[in-house]
Amino acid sequence: MHGKETKHDAFARLREWLENGDQTLDREMEEGLYDEAAPQEPAADDREFITTRRKRSAVTKKNNRREKHQNIRESGRAYADAWWYRLAAAAVCISLIGLMLYAAMQMPQFGNADTLVGHETTAFYVTHTMEETGAVNIVTGIILDYRGFDTLGESHVLFVAVSTVLLLLSIRGEKDERELLAENIRQQCLEPDNDLILQGGARILLPLVLIFGLYIILNGHLSPGGGFSGGAVLGAGLILYQNAFGYERTERFFTYRTFRMVSVASLLFYATAKGYHFLTGANHMESGIPKGTAGAILSGGLLLPLNIAVGCVVTCTMYALYTMFRKGAF
Amino acid sequence: MAWWQNIPLFLILCPLVCGVVCSVLKGKAIRIMMAGMTLLECVGMGILLRYTAEGNISFVFAMGETGAPFGNELRAGSTEALIGLAFSLVLLLSVTGGDSSLKEDVAGKRLNLYGAMIGLLTAAMAAIVFTNDLFTAYVFIEISTLSSCALISATNRGKALFSSARYMVMNLLGSGLFLLGLSMLYALTGQLLFPQLGTAVRNLMASGSYPVPMYLSFLLMTMGLCIKSALYPFHTWLPDAYSNSTAVSGALLSSLVSKMYIFLMIKIALRAALEEAFILRIGDILFVYAAIGTVIGSVHAIRQHRLSRMIAYSSVAQIACVYLGISIGGTEGITAALFYILAHSAAKSTLFLTAHKLRQVSGGADGLEDLRGAANRNHLAGLAFLTGACSLTGIPGLGGFAAKLYLAQAGIARGGWRMSVLLGLLALSTVLNVAYMLRASLILYSREDKIPSESPHRHDPLFAVTMIIQIGLNLFLGLCGNTVMQLFRSGLTLFI
Repeated sequence: MHGKETKHDAFARLREWLENGDQTLDREMEEGLYDEAAPQEPAADDREFITTRRKRSAVTKKNNRREKHQNIRESGRAYADAWWYRLAAAAVCISLIGLMLYAAMQMPQFGNADTLVGHETTAFYVTHTMEETGAVNIVTGIILDYRGFDTLGESHVLFVAVSTVLLLLSIRGEKDERELLAENIRQQCLEPDNDLILQGGARILLPLVLIFGLYIILNGHLSPGGGFSGGAVLGAGLILYQNAFGYERTERFFTYRTFRMVSVASLLFYATAKGYHFLTGANHMESGIPKGTAGAILSGGLLLPLNIAVGCVVTCTMYALYTMFRKGAF
Repeated sequence: MAWWQNIPLFLILCPLVCGVVCSVLKGKAIRIMMAGMTLLECVGMGILLRYTAEGNISFVFAMGETGAPFGNELRAGSTEALIGLAFSLVLLLSVTGGDSSLKEDVAGKRLNLYGAMIGLLTAAMAAIVFTNDLFTAYVFIEISTLSSCALISATNRGKALFSSARYMVMNLLGSGLFLLGLSMLYALTGQLLFPQLGTAVRNLMASGSYPVPMYLSFLLMTMGLCIKSALYPFHTWLPDAYSNSTAVSGALLSSLVSKMYIFLMIKIALRAALEEAFILRIGDILFVYAAIGTVIGSVHAIRQHRLSRMIAYSSVAQIACVYLGISIGGTEGITAALFYILAHSAAKSTLFLTAHKLRQVSGGADGLEDLRGAANRNHLAGLAFLTGACSLTGIPGLGGFAAKLYLAQAGIARGGWRMSVLLGLLALSTVLNVAYMLRASLILYSREDKIPSESPHRHDPLFAVTMIIQIGLNLFLGLCGNTVMQLFRSGLTLFI
């Protein structure tokens, strides 16, 4: 049986599953993860007693059904292990690869003016973006203005991803004191060492990384870049800071609450601003948002604020995902 | 532009905003937010349906100043509004009817995230229903995939995690195939909006250029959506995912998520010229899969020992029936498929919600034997289960009967070998449906001496109201099927 510490550790559990074959998985699937996680771990003989009792009741209750279930599972496994099954899987994959390659060879050549299809759209973007959106960087003009709805969806994809991870990690339910203590000890083990080289490097690099990230976000409508790429740089900067100086110092300015508030506020701002833009645009009304002179930093109407909002969401998401997978919680 | 033409935009934005706000709410506010948001969605869809059906119009809503083919676009008509209304009703009824299951399965700390997922799923549903743009559809497919994955794993059971992992793998494969097909099509045509895409595809077909990539891209998109909506050979993720998640998630996944992909497929088929170009070949493949799926799904359902798994497997058979309608094609086939979607959504959400309730009053066990006599413990749940079961089986007066009838009519209109196969399949599937639904109903209504002590019969007015509405919906679809079909028929001419 595995011990207390390892049991609640996702990686240890994974290792257990890998090493002990499918027995652990089967047992957990049969019994559910929570049934066993009693707040007070009983003593060894108590535990034995409980397990035997549980086993007996389970056997008397659902003996036949469980056996049948087991048989089906095993037959399923034998099915997946059979040589012809693997051979068939390989054959399907290889034929799909072949088919795709054959189709790709017949596709119109990339970048060739003669085979360029749908070029009226492309030509329109090249000639109209600067005038209509005020963006010098055409890509930003397209993703935040012409196809701003897709980008609105994409930034919510990030939100969904973080929320899903949060949901999965919080699935263990409430922890009691002993568990919290064990968790703290484990977190201290995971806490980065005071690595002088890393800290020294981070001191030099961090200002550059952060300023560069901000530059990419703020200048996104003028030069290559934008919220997504700048946010990724900023997020990487935060991760570097956390690795060099530890959780405690990071949490002085970036806690779970900060993360929640910043990402929710950015998404809300994005949705309302874009909604206003869609509404006025579709109804042919004056939106009242100044376009400014193309090329100036304060230009492009909504593009700059939207880039900042996207940048905030991406930064938070990057950092949150890293922290959650490293600590197992935020 | 009339004021109500702005409704589709709000139907997408409101749940998006509500979902994000939900993630920072606490306690009872989350429940109110979830119910309010879905209720708002129903009302909006209802108003939209009224105006579009009254004037028999379909309109385009440009997202921004620049319209097609440069910017994003929404399009709504009575077909979209009706399907959207059905989906929003399913959402509302699942959230209200499954309230007790949420209390049980989703612990307090996670409820805010669950609410957020419901909000985003609602937004994704509305966006997929209204979008006139292939890539927007893909973006919202991503959102719906991830959020439904979270909806499955929100339950604190080990099995739920296992099945959500499987759901994730299979659905990501589906999304990946769809994206591959989409990008190939974009490389060929340079268009993403359906009207322009359709024209470009027709032009390319007429000139006879790039036949292989074009066929492959449509095939990949179709297969991607088939995997995501669990058509027969790709159905393996479905039973676990539906039966191990909480009742709300089960009802939503079966009645909304898979159906919305089917609706998207119909949209692509009709608007992006898939029908003219490929209905013969891709339609035949779908027909064969669907024909096998109708039988195999029911046979699997008969072999199940757990009620929720039985209902889940019956979904495999019913989805195959929807695909039968699509592969028959033509106005008749497509309208029959759309009607089947409505009837099945109404019946299946009823079944999932009642199955949970019956399990709750029987001490929490899910085995059919453990549920012996459960309907006597909660009469309303029993009655609603019986209604759903009868509807799926095809008892006259209920939605399922009308759906099967229209499907048969579509087959007869099409004629040929498909007609004979379809009629035979419908008869066979009805017999098989009777086999498992009758068994389940008999067990539920049989007399049982010992009542589990740990099952207090709790009074749940919200559930009662929901179930009455659900029964009413099933009856409405059965009795007023012709009105709905008329709406679909007139709407479909504008849909294309």
